[in-house]
Amino acid sequence: MATISAPPKASFALSMLLNDTRYRSYTFQFISLFLLFVAFAYLGSNLFRNLADAGLNISYDFLGEPAGYDINQRLIEYTSQSTHMRATVVGVLNTLLVAFLACLSATILGVVAGVLRLSRNWLISKLMAIYVEAFRNVPVLIWIIIIFTIMTAVLPAPRAFRGDDATASMIFESIAFTNRGVYVPSPVLGSGSLAVVLVFVLSIVAVFFYRRYAKKKLYSSGRLLPVFWPSLSLLFLPSIFAFFVLGQPVSLEYPVLKGFNFAGGWTVRGSLIALWFALAIYTGAFIAENVRAGILAISKGQTEAAASLGLRPNRIMNLVVLPQALRVIIPPLISQYLNITKNSSLAIAVGYMDITGTLGGITLNQTGRAIETILLLMLFYLLISLSISAIMNVYNKAVSLKER
Amino acid sequence: MRIRNLVGVIFVCVLSAGAGIAATLDDVQARGKLNCGVNTGLVGFAAPDSNGEWAGFDVAVCRAVAAAVLMDASAVEFLPQTGKTRFTALNSGEVDMLSRNTTWTFSRDVDLKFEFVGVNYYDGQGFMVPRDLGVSSATELDGATVCIQTGTTTELNLADFFRSNTMNYEPVPIETNAEARQQYLAGSCDVYTTDASGLAASRATFENPADHVLLPEIISKEPLGPLVRHGDNVWGDIVRWTLNALISAEELGITSGNINELASGTNNPEINRLLGSEGNLGEMLGLDAEWAKRAISAGGNYGEIFDAHIGESTPIGLARGLNAQWTNGGLLYSPPFR
Ligand SMILES: N[C@@H](CCC(=O)N[C@@H](CS)C(=O)NCC(=O)O)C(=O)O
Repeated sequence: MATISAPPKASFALSMLLNDTRYRSYTFQFISLFLLFVAFAYLGSNLFRNLADAGLNISYDFLGEPAGYDINQRLIEYTSQSTHMRATVVGVLNTLLVAFLACLSATILGVVAGVLRLSRNWLISKLMAIYVEAFRNVPVLIWIIIIFTIMTAVLPAPRAFRGDDATASMIFESIAFTNRGVYVPSPVLGSGSLAVVLVFVLSIVAVFFYRRYAKKKLYSSGRLLPVFWPSLSLLFLPSIFAFFVLGQPVSLEYPVLKGFNFAGGWTVRGSLIALWFALAIYTGAFIAENVRAGILAISKGQTEAAASLGLRPNRIMNLVVLPQALRVIIPPLISQYLNITKNSSLAIAVGYMDITGTLGGITLNQTGRAIETILLLMLFYLLISLSISAIMNVYNKAVSLKER
Repeated sequence: MRIRNLVGVIFVCVLSAGAGIAATLDDVQARGKLNCGVNTGLVGFAAPDSNGEWAGFDVAVCRAVAAAVLMDASAVEFLPQTGKTRFTALNSGEVDMLSRNTTWTFSRDVDLKFEFVGVNYYDGQGFMVPRDLGVSSATELDGATVCIQTGTTTELNLADFFRSNTMNYEPVPIETNAEARQQYLAGSCDVYTTDASGLAASRATFENPADHVLLPEIISKEPLGPLVRHGDNVWGDIVRWTLNALISAEELGITSGNINELASGTNNPEINRLLGSEGNLGEMLGLDAEWAKRAISAGGNYGEIFDAHIGESTPIGLARGLNAQWTNGGLLYSPPFR
């Protein structure tokens, strides 16, 4: 039997931690990590000791106490007797509302402007270039204030709508543009309205399935079913039908001038509009650039190949270029959404009560709990931002190049 | 070797950080300037004049302290603070004292840990409306849109007032007086509410002050006064007794006109103690004998300061009212200099 000598056992000596290049980097990483820990522990204990010396102990008890202040825009029930915690939640919801509205509008604006900037029409592409450069290069805070100031200065006060010699009037007798905000009719859900809503939800599902079917048909038989008009009618006709069959259960409540202000309907406050529009047009300009970059990243050959197959420019954009461009566009888009969310904390400039305005503003000021509220504020923004990137990353995975 | 020294220095700095807050007087004297937190601009109380010099009723307190401590009434750095930033600024040591229409309340004193050294203006919260709104009482304000400065007592009083009168309102939170003024004048609020003195001061800067009325209701007590951090009693005493010196000076008939004459000695022992020709009050404070004389000379006694900045001869036109000396039926009552 041939003896196969076992490979020499690597004998490990302590000195190898320093001398052997295989281990040296571990040693150094370990030491660095340890030092980092020590530094943070030192800073942390220093912080707590100094806080204790100054008589400031970290405590979140104040969250359970009555806030004592009122908030104009509240998506949930809230009075001045509610707790600081509830005021915080009101603020979080307001932050999410404006972030959602701004992300949506910025995306639409950005895609349209980005595509149009590549248009062969000289005037349109130059106009879009002006939009991008003008809005991208002025701080968003300035835009917020400009829009707000223009609104308060130009639009009439609710008082101007009163009396026989009223200097302002409502549009279509139902919408009032005032310097405090825009008052619009709101739907009132009567009995049976649930059915209408249900029909509408089902229509959305049906549209979804129809489009899937059309796609399948296209791939299997090469026949292109019309998509746009059937989808549109599928979306609205059943609901409209149900609405009338059920005896018009959904009615509109119109805003009417009552006392000092309009009452009834929905109030879209000037502060929300200013913040929303400013964030949307500002970030829209960045998104436009992302979209343009994404489209330009798709080689010209693709467009030419599609054109030589006889596709019309619209279809080339929708079927060939955009799906590929999305892979380039989505990652920077995520960071634009995060920017919108974080920039929404400029809300206080126009008195919009977002989380920085409630928790990080009035609550902080009235309770004096600066460290606690700021920590909580950081936590909320972190959570919101991480959730947005998590959702967007899932979407990114869905559209990214699938290598099979 | 040098690097090791540097590390040592940094180490010492980090270790001792936070310990330096106690001796404000030493800091101020070493710096040669008093850092005083004031309004962002409320004419009459604290606002830069046409030469860019800060002037006003609250500013005068800062100047008097600077004159007492630094022998120079102009050795003040004015740091404008909004209702929200003021307490952080004081707490962090960015300012040595606040003189900014700040209401003395229990929680600010006890919980936020500040020391109010006295009251330089007894005020209350009021409402201002445009005359053509046709409102004559605050109880008619149900449903109104109200401009308020955030981070103030105003905000809380307002919520209480409307709740106890079972009325609704729409609050419009605003950072500074300038923004409030702009929104109120544009009609995006029906009402502006803050301390009555602040309303009078804002109204005086309007183009047509007569078009705006102050409603009769005063819904709160707002004792406004200068404040310092808890825990530095030496500094607190200096600011407190500087304010008292201004008030006592009026009571004792010391004015910027006659102060030099009186300082050389009178037959009123309290005047002599105050102005330093008798006793050693200044030394007890850690200052020199003439500290109060300089403080009073800076802008005159309390009454002179009041008349010059917010009194009836100014556009703001506030009457002394509660802010008269106790001898004239007011609330101003300085403890004795003894
Ligand atoms: N006294 C109240 C309110 C103080 C306050 O903010 N006053 C207003 C108007 S009287 C002011 O000083 N504004 C000037 C500014 O905006 O800086 C408090 O201490 O909370």
